Amino acid sequence: MPSRILIPIVAMLALLASALGTGASASPTDDAFARLASDQFAQIEQGIVELSAIGTPEAAAALEALSETKLFYAPDKSLVIKQAEGRFASPSGAALSETPAGLKQVRINNRVRRALESALGSLTLISPDPAKRKAAAEAVFKARDPLALPLITQALARETDAGVKDTMVRARAAIILASSGAPDLERINAVDVLAEKGDQDVLALFSTVKTSASASVKQAIETAIGAIERRLALLSSVQNALYGLSLGSVLLLAAIGLAITFGVMGIINMAHGEMVMIGAYTTFMVQEVIRARYPALFDWSLLIALPLAFLTAGAVGLVLERSIIRFLYGRPLETLLATWGVSLVLQQAVRSLFGPTNREVGAPAFMSGSVDLFGLTITSGRLWIIVFSLVVFAVLSLVLRATSFGLKMRAVTQNRRMAAAMGIRTPWIDSLTFALGSGIAGIAGVALSQIDNVSPNLGQGYIIDSFMVVVFGGVGNLWGTLVAALTLGVANKFLEPLAGAVLGKIVVLVFIILFIQKRPRGLFALKGRAVEA
Amino acid sequence: MSRALYLRHDRLGLGFLMVLCVLGILVPVLNLALPVTSSWHVPTYAMSLMGKYVCYALLAVALDLVWGFCGILSLGHGAFFALGGYAMGMYLMRQIGTRGVYGNPLLPDFMVFLNWKELPLTWFGFSSFGYAMLMVILVPGALAFVFGWFAFRSRVTGVYLSIITQAMTYAMMLAFFRNDMGFGGNNGLTDFKDILGFNIQAQSTRACLFIASILALAGCYLLARYMVHSAYGKVLIAIRDAESRSRFLGYRVEHFKLLAFTVSASMAGLAGALYVPQIGIINPSEFAPGNSIEAVIWVAVGGRGTLVGAALGAVLVNFSKTWLTGAMPEIWLFALGALFIVVTLFLPKGIIGTAGEFLKNRRERHAPAPTGEVR
Repeated sequence: MPSRILIPIVAMLALLASALGTGASASPTDDAFARLASDQFAQIEQGIVELSAIGTPEAAAALEALSETKLFYAPDKSLVIKQAEGRFASPSGAALSETPAGLKQVRINNRVRRALESALGSLTLISPDPAKRKAAAEAVFKARDPLALPLITQALARETDAGVKDTMVRARAAIILASSGAPDLERINAVDVLAEKGDQDVLALFSTVKTSASASVKQAIETAIGAIERRLALLSSVQNALYGLSLGSVLLLAAIGLAITFGVMGIINMAHGEMVMIGAYTTFMVQEVIRARYPALFDWSLLIALPLAFLTAGAVGLVLERSIIRFLYGRPLETLLATWGVSLVLQQAVRSLFGPTNREVGAPAFMSGSVDLFGLTITSGRLWIIVFSLVVFAVLSLVLRATSFGLKMRAVTQNRRMAAAMGIRTPWIDSLTFALGSGIAGIAGVALSQIDNVSPNLGQGYIIDSFMVVVFGGVGNLWGTLVAALTLGVANKFLEPLAGAVLGKIVVLVFIILFIQKRPRGLFALKGRAVEA
Repeated sequence: MSRALYLRHDRLGLGFLMVLCVLGILVPVLNLALPVTSSWHVPTYAMSLMGKYVCYALLAVALDLVWGFCGILSLGHGAFFALGGYAMGMYLMRQIGTRGVYGNPLLPDFMVFLNWKELPLTWFGFSSFGYAMLMVILVPGALAFVFGWFAFRSRVTGVYLSIITQAMTYAMMLAFFRNDMGFGGNNGLTDFKDILGFNIQAQSTRACLFIASILALAGCYLLARYMVHSAYGKVLIAIRDAESRSRFLGYRVEHFKLLAFTVSASMAGLAGALYVPQIGIINPSEFAPGNSIEAVIWVAVGGRGTLVGAALGAVLVNFSKTWLTGAMPEIWLFALGALFIVVTLFLPKGIIGTAGEFLKNRRERHAPAPTGEVR
């Protein structure tokens, strides 16, 4: 703190001294320039502070040159700025015809550099570019140099951009709060202004100021700190919830196909993860073709891949059901083993075809970048996946509820023999249902290719989580799957800061194991006779 | 009490024990007594490989006890196996003493590396062989007891049980990968020096370990056989075939299952403990869910509910694995996957079960006479 109080005092004394010593003939600019032309750091710093208060284009040019170490002074104490190609000019911009002899560079040390930065910050407050003004206001906020107060008050008066104005108001409040000379009332007002959009920076400012403030100011600061901390805690919970939703939507995508094959049909499909993998590799293939043949279509590659992935994974699922699974109905444990075998074969097949390494799947333009949401930054890829998983869920629910196929499917699930008696070809419905579940897994693969490594092991990472989600949510219930996926995702993200990522995951797994003991049929169990079947 | 309880009527069981006996004597003798140049000499690495198969066979017998006779498809037996292995590994780590890279007499190398100052509580007592062996049996058994206590009491059955056992081993794998657990993180425990004062690399120690594995397999086989042929075993089979009916008949189903599950887990732990000194390393990848499922296929190949078949399946599958991954590494996963599919579709009773049925049919066709139980 002493330097902050000392500088203005020294500055005033120096100004007084120079006014007395050299007479009124020299303009303040010349005075300040003369100070810069020195080999004493204190003098240079003094000059910088004066120049920043003057704020003319000349002053700005000299300061900018100094910050780029292009400022020199001649033996007669006149300043010159080194320009490109070794030519020199005066701070007013007039080119010098010849290089003055005996030039010395104006030197900088850390203290000078700090003064210089804050000076440049205040000077750009009146730049025509709003982005620059905003950055300058932020710099003032950080430096809290009392000398910048008149400048920022001036700049504030002529500011038109609301966002920049807001930053300037905060910067001004920070200066007032930091300067111990200001009246208590003003400082308390400043606290209120700062508390309105308080973040970590404001908290740091408050805690430094608090120690030397009067009782009333201190009280205001303490109230404000409490409010800010509550808001920050809320914000971090919102952030955890959003990240959790994002993770939950990934789980939902991975599990929703399983909710059909396992949940509705009761088939333990250990090859489910490989259906996801097939979807991801379909995306890769589509992008390869597009890159090679139609580069203009690249932004549409995911949309093109969606139906293809659905068809590819669905076809694999259909073949799997017709060739293996239909012989194992009623023997769930054997189905588990056989489909595990299928998953090994599919993994090795993809490894042989595409190689064991990760494949590159690009993101289209609308999915890259990030979105700013109430001060939280979220990549738009994540947001799209949340949206996409909900859309898939809605469409699937609609298919089950509102189409003739969905009706037949539910009929076969609820009472196979009665459905057969009503003329529904139950084996055919079985095959199509399994193909539907596999196709949905393929669609999930398209989305997961955006956030995960596309490798033969892609599916392995999701299979256990998917089963956990379906079992937790309750078998035969899409809504259960939705609730379970989002709950587990959010729970995982809230546990992460407490216990670390791995331990958080273990805790969730143990929780599910215990939960199944309590409610063996999941959150939303089917009631009635279907349970015992 | 059933006649089948007497071993002398059980040709398959007798044959199995005799094969074990012959192997247990012949292999170490051929390894130790013959010179390396002899064409009958069994190299030490081959003996350790066979020892590994024997440990796998023991794991398969343990799994068959719960799956074949009680209908509990555990996808978490790899976890019990690995726990036993870790208990043995911890004993072996403590035996290293000052011979580690850092020469710390108390702490294993990885703890010195992590800058730990004292041995964690979990490692207490592992310098004693007896205590370690007790833990080999107790730790997997206790885990299975607690897990089974909850699961069976709340009547979690069938695929649900399979899935949560899989989640269990997955959670354990994640936990053991953490350095904070104090079990060596993802490097696991390795670089063992000696066991009970004998150099672990020495030929004679290897031979002893092989014999110990054979003895453990024979002993556990006899125990499992006794269990399934006793009155207790009959109830177990009844539970497998009709759980609700057994419950309505007045049997405390969960108690029967719990005993089988716990004994089976301890056997798996013993298998793991014998496996580690012969392989020389234990790390968290032993907990991988895939390992547990692979063990299930051994049992399925040999024939579930036959005990001998499980051991046979384990040896057969692992022998092919060793051979195929050496000769054609690309093919192995295709072969394993196909094995899963073919066995479940076409050979649901496994090799022993199918062969037994075939023999029985033929005997009945040719000489319809009263026969003793073949098992």
